[in-house]
Amino acid sequence: MIINMGPQHPSTHGVLRLELVVDGEIVVDVIPHIGYLHRCFEKHAEHMSNYQQVIPYCDRMDYVAAMNMEFGYVVAVERLLKLEIPERVEHIRVIMAEFQRIASHLIAVGTYGIDIGAFTPFLYCFRDREMILDLFEMTCGARLLYNYMWVGGVSHDLPPDFIPRAKAFCSYFKPKIKEFNDLLTFNEIFVKRTTNVGVLPVDVAINYGCSGPMLRASGVDWDLRRDDPYSIYKKFDWEVCVGKAEVGVLGDCWNRHMVRMREMEQSVRIIEQVLAQIPEGNVQSAIPRRIRPNPGEVYARTESPRGELGFYVVSDGTTSPYRVKARSPAFVNLSVVPEISRGAMIADLVAIVGSTDIVLGEVDR
Amino acid sequence: MERLLTSIFGDTIIVTVVMAAIPLVFILVYALVAIYLEMKLAAHMQNRLAYMRTGWHGTLQPFADILKLLQKEDIIPTAADRILFTIAPFLVFVGAYAVFAVLPFSSEYVGSNINIAVFYVIAVGSLAVVGILMAGWASNNKWSLFGAMRSAAQIVSYEIPGALAVLAVIMLAGTMSLQDLSQMQSGGLQDWFILGGPIGLTKKVLLLPFMVVLFVIFYISTMAEVNRTPFDIPEAESELVQGYNTEYSGMKFAIFYLAEYANLFAVSGVAAALFFGGWASPFGSFMSGGLWDPFWFITKGMAFVTLNIWLRWTLPRFRVDQLMYMSWKVLTPFAVVCVLVIGLIVVW
Repeated sequence: MIINMGPQHPSTHGVLRLELVVDGEIVVDVIPHIGYLHRCFEKHAEHMSNYQQVIPYCDRMDYVAAMNMEFGYVVAVERLLKLEIPERVEHIRVIMAEFQRIASHLIAVGTYGIDIGAFTPFLYCFRDREMILDLFEMTCGARLLYNYMWVGGVSHDLPPDFIPRAKAFCSYFKPKIKEFNDLLTFNEIFVKRTTNVGVLPVDVAINYGCSGPMLRASGVDWDLRRDDPYSIYKKFDWEVCVGKAEVGVLGDCWNRHMVRMREMEQSVRIIEQVLAQIPEGNVQSAIPRRIRPNPGEVYARTESPRGELGFYVVSDGTTSPYRVKARSPAFVNLSVVPEISRGAMIADLVAIVGSTDIVLGEVDR
Repeated sequence: MERLLTSIFGDTIIVTVVMAAIPLVFILVYALVAIYLEMKLAAHMQNRLAYMRTGWHGTLQPFADILKLLQKEDIIPTAADRILFTIAPFLVFVGAYAVFAVLPFSSEYVGSNINIAVFYVIAVGSLAVVGILMAGWASNNKWSLFGAMRSAAQIVSYEIPGALAVLAVIMLAGTMSLQDLSQMQSGGLQDWFILGGPIGLTKKVLLLPFMVVLFVIFYISTMAEVNRTPFDIPEAESELVQGYNTEYSGMKFAIFYLAEYANLFAVSGVAAALFFGGWASPFGSFMSGGLWDPFWFITKGMAFVTLNIWLRWTLPRFRVDQLMYMSWKVLTPFAVVCVLVIGLIVVW
């Protein structure tokens, strides 16, 4: 039987359409159809009158991790310009990117709970995410799509009470991770539903180009923040979270979920270190008047909450980019879904799609 | 109650109608309370407030919900089987309502004091399956059909451990009438069947662990029968959209909703009557008789309803095969062993 799942389906996380070939409850084949949210990001970028104007479009790619998207783009353009960035700006960017990573992972694990049938953890996640959004709001006024990171700087300096409030959040949030693990991660039913489901072997993960928590849950110790350092991640002491298979086997849905839970802990750890040593300075001193890179090209990759976010920017010497290509981690991670969900049940398929943590805005761009 | 009505109206049809209508009135009032309770409990568990605008703390919201559902367009999909599609929700509701006929609300009131009440409950309880299958088939929607098939498999398998648990109580009591069962447990807390029933102390001590296990089995199977989390796989929102009631709207959907809540109280009432003394007061003759009887019965029923709501908003959902595994390989063997041991104790 062929059955159509989506684009209006509660657990396809947006407008993903999956064409399922099923035999009773068993999934024989999955064919993802994408493109419902295609907004011509790359073409838009070519037609902007300058490099700065692309940033708001980056926000709208992955709308639950907009800071990380901006971060990727500005890193690419700054490399193209060979720009020196003030220390304070780098620190602020790391704070924001890590806060955004926590916020994004909170949505990922919260909606994953809904996929498995537990509604309550989702709202706990949203309660905590709300506090992060409040921090963003007091910094730049926006809660979802910020246009905060600019080429060479950031749009606003941190407000005076940002640092105490961010510290307060960190100390509030650490016990909440444990609470959440008790409620959902180690719940007997949740463990039963997610272990040994959608197992992604290391070779398949690498062949398909998976990245981020997907890849790390399969046991590959690979994180761009450490392995291809950008910004100032080198300065801080933290660990790359790799799936440890405490329960189940390496690369199953439970391990992907657990990697996200542990990454939130590590992000808090990074934020606490940055907050302790953030220098004073002017956040807008390095912003160039006019962005006009020499003809050339650059590929900059950063670690977004979903994996390797790459921006390939080509300049032809004018004020607007000749070509901007985004390598979307969610798109690549989605492509592995048919491979790992053959033979699973429909309920498992929901668990698998949820565990890839795709954002359709980024898949389709 | 029946005697009182007969003395007023004589032996006429009015008595039967009034007797039959009382559970219906109860279901309607209870459904409003239960919906409100569920929303508020869920909200407070989730750090929210739920309804706050309509009336004091949103107490009028259930009425508003019903009005909204009444006003909605009654859509029957073009490809649906019109007759089956229309009958299905009512059949599901009838299954739930029929159980109320034998629920002993008080020592004075029981819709119909038949001597095979427990057997009857198990029988009409499965009527809902027919309705759900009908709804799933008639909707002409693949997701609905999935939900219906899952529901049939689930209810059929969970009836077995549930019925075995009931069997143990019947063996102890020697009666199948819920009214008689409640009567037997009216000597106070120590006579409740969860603690072994009105029986000698040695046997009570021996019975106690098995009865508790049986009650847990019974409660789990009733949870599965009312299709609520963690057993809500027939209407698993994140998998099957809304399962068998995906295509329903307006009043037909409301009837499904009402049936779900009615069923919830029905199984809770049966659990209360079987294991927790039904209308009997926990203090023996103190606080019993008159209006205390329905008070105790409804309180016990609502306690189980609340427990169900609590579990619903805490636990994730099982997968179909895990659900079957639990029924056939965990609950059924345990229930069989318990029944066997209880049988031996009773004979001894």
